[in-house]
Amino acid sequence: MKIRAQIAMVLNLDKCIGCHTCSVTCKNVWTSREGMEYAWFNNVETKPGVGYPKDWENQKRWNGGWRRKSNGSIEPRIGAKWRVLANIFANPDLPEIDDYYEPFTFDYEHLQTARELEAFPTARPRSLVTGKRMEKIEWGPNWEEILGGEFAKRSKDYNFEGVQKEIYGQFENTFMMYLPRLCEHCLNPACVASCPSGAIYKRAEDGIVLIDQEKCRGWRMCVSGCPYKKIYFNWSSGKSEKCIMCYPRIEAGQPTVCSETCVGRIRYLGVMLYDADRIEAAASAASDVDLYDAQCGVFCNPNDPGVIEQARRDGVPEAWLEAARQSPVWKMAMEWKVAFPLHPEYRTLPMVWYVPPLSPIQGAAEAGQMASVNGMPDVRSLRIPLRYLANLLTAGDEAPVALALERMLAMRAYMRSKTIDGVIDHSIAQGVGLDAQTVEDMYRIMAIANYEDRFVIPTAHRETTEDAYDLRGGCGFSFGNGCSPGETETGLFGAAKRPRVKTPMEVA
Amino acid sequence: MSDFVNHALFGWYPYLCLTVFIVGSILRFDREQYTWKAGSSQFLRARQLRWGSNMFHVGVLMIFAGHFVGLLTPIWVFDALGVAHSAKQMLAIVAGGFAGLLCLIGIALLTGRRLLDARIRATSSFSDTAILLVLFAQLLLGLGTIFVSLGHLDGHEMVKFMNWAQGVLTLQPNAWMYVADVHPIFKCHLVLGMTIFLLFPFTRLVHIWSAPVWYLGRRGYQIVRTRALAEARR
Repeated sequence: MKIRAQIAMVLNLDKCIGCHTCSVTCKNVWTSREGMEYAWFNNVETKPGVGYPKDWENQKRWNGGWRRKSNGSIEPRIGAKWRVLANIFANPDLPEIDDYYEPFTFDYEHLQTARELEAFPTARPRSLVTGKRMEKIEWGPNWEEILGGEFAKRSKDYNFEGVQKEIYGQFENTFMMYLPRLCEHCLNPACVASCPSGAIYKRAEDGIVLIDQEKCRGWRMCVSGCPYKKIYFNWSSGKSEKCIMCYPRIEAGQPTVCSETCVGRIRYLGVMLYDADRIEAAASAASDVDLYDAQCGVFCNPNDPGVIEQARRDGVPEAWLEAARQSPVWKMAMEWKVAFPLHPEYRTLPMVWYVPPLSPIQGAAEAGQMASVNGMPDVRSLRIPLRYLANLLTAGDEAPVALALERMLAMRAYMRSKTIDGVIDHSIAQGVGLDAQTVEDMYRIMAIANYEDRFVIPTAHRETTEDAYDLRGGCGFSFGNGCSPGETETGLFGAAKRPRVKTPMEVA
Repeated sequence: MSDFVNHALFGWYPYLCLTVFIVGSILRFDREQYTWKAGSSQFLRARQLRWGSNMFHVGVLMIFAGHFVGLLTPIWVFDALGVAHSAKQMLAIVAGGFAGLLCLIGIALLTGRRLLDARIRATSSFSDTAILLVLFAQLLLGLGTIFVSLGHLDGHEMVKFMNWAQGVLTLQPNAWMYVADVHPIFKCHLVLGMTIFLLFPFTRLVHIWSAPVWYLGRRGYQIVRTRALAEARR
């Protein structure tokens, strides 16, 4: 038993309004740079849809994640180590930038500098890679926003597996949901496993997975290894980059930028204790549907005295143990069983979990004859097919998702009864295997979602392991050799180098 | 060519190139690791890269191994093994010719792509394009020497190059004399070859130093770093 702590995240999809504030604030802070224009450490997809990059969930095509071999052990789906090295000259599983989208800007300046014309001047698109005119923008980071595009294309969505999807193409039966996605900071990361340089690592203290930019040599195997396609190749620097879980903020006890700015208050950050010795066995579970339970088995109960004792021996600070007991992530994932991992079948044991969304009942005509329990509709009559959510969150096992939806409906019914009718109805809570106090806790954390309930983040105490004196005069978060990016802006004799034509501003 | 030029090019120039090659690589690795990378452009355009890059790299690795073994193995080893000089030269011509052709097709594809594809061209640095063209020229020169070699198959010329290369690396001041009278195409190939070592630390070629063969020996798959250990190491 080797207990470690991780800052994990839960996203309550039931409350996501798809406003993209998380994506935009993240981009402004981390990826508004040359080479990363196309990259969104956090993006919000409208489901059903093929997503970003296109068709990322189709591992038959991209070979992301892990594969369980016949002898019961696992290896990256892109292949064993010798296979990874054999493909190093040209990686057959690497997406091209067009699978994301070719980054572009618009000739905004033309609007101000155009001479007198018969027609209004327009700002036409221009590629940020080549600096050349783009006649037509074919794809973007959120091309399927609010069910954009025809159903035939969107229905290539992998999560329709086992669903009679044709009927959902009809206007009356259509459904949609939002899926914000970021790096999962997995317990068994496939990107780490597939990096030949050993540049990617998981931090023991807080579980954040990072790429050492100094050690990365740009072999680009991690891009293929990650099944969530959340490692991005910086085409300008030639190195891979990924979500860093805003580790400078996390270390200071602050939530990530995406969580802090979420206007729907759907994001939760909290400590999860896990047993590092149980990871490999859990990731090697025999069947895909076993993986959700197997991952739950890796987590350790922060209230168990034995766990606390072992965690202290393994060097988990006291503040982290206290935070683990208060963790909203532990409550939602393990106590109430309303949050689930995204695609556990990839065997990476992801640590960003999702509360499935409720949806309106399927048809007004059917509403009258619908099966109902305690005045609540049957979750199978909700508009979003249960199987679709199960394919997304539990490798197709519908029972856990159904129970979670029932508990969320019960929470609503219980609170409606309490606040409208003034009746505490214990039977509602008991009907879904909870008690009244637990339902009130769920309501406080999931519905009210105060800041201090959503983010329970202990500080990292870097001062105990690092000499802050060495950090004086540093450049903070920067690339390359301290404050220098390793590129010289001027020529040998101090004159400006000939700039590469990049943006329309430079063209003009 | 005058003795002075021969002496300068084959007596002194090798040491200039080797010094810059080694010291430059160490300095860049120490100071500017962020720029140390393979510099793949596959992400921007995969077309032609699958064939081009694989053929080029496999070919160039075979050529490198051939030069390394062929030039630096002491002659007495071949004599002791009973390999005749003429047989060794024939092996070099056949194996080198095959690898050279493989590499030639690969580098032709890669060069075409780098010069003609708008995305690759716009994102290439001067050194990216320049080193590719230098390698291309060196490959053509190397293949060109085959036709000269076919004129004298006794292995005598080849022994000169072995003596020169081994003489340079064992610090013999008169090593340049071995190659003072060889065909000009060999001299061009030698000088350009040394120049590649000279340019090496300033280009993407540095990724050769980082060929991740150690990956095969990594125990398990996962890597976990802790601050406590980093502190203990200091």
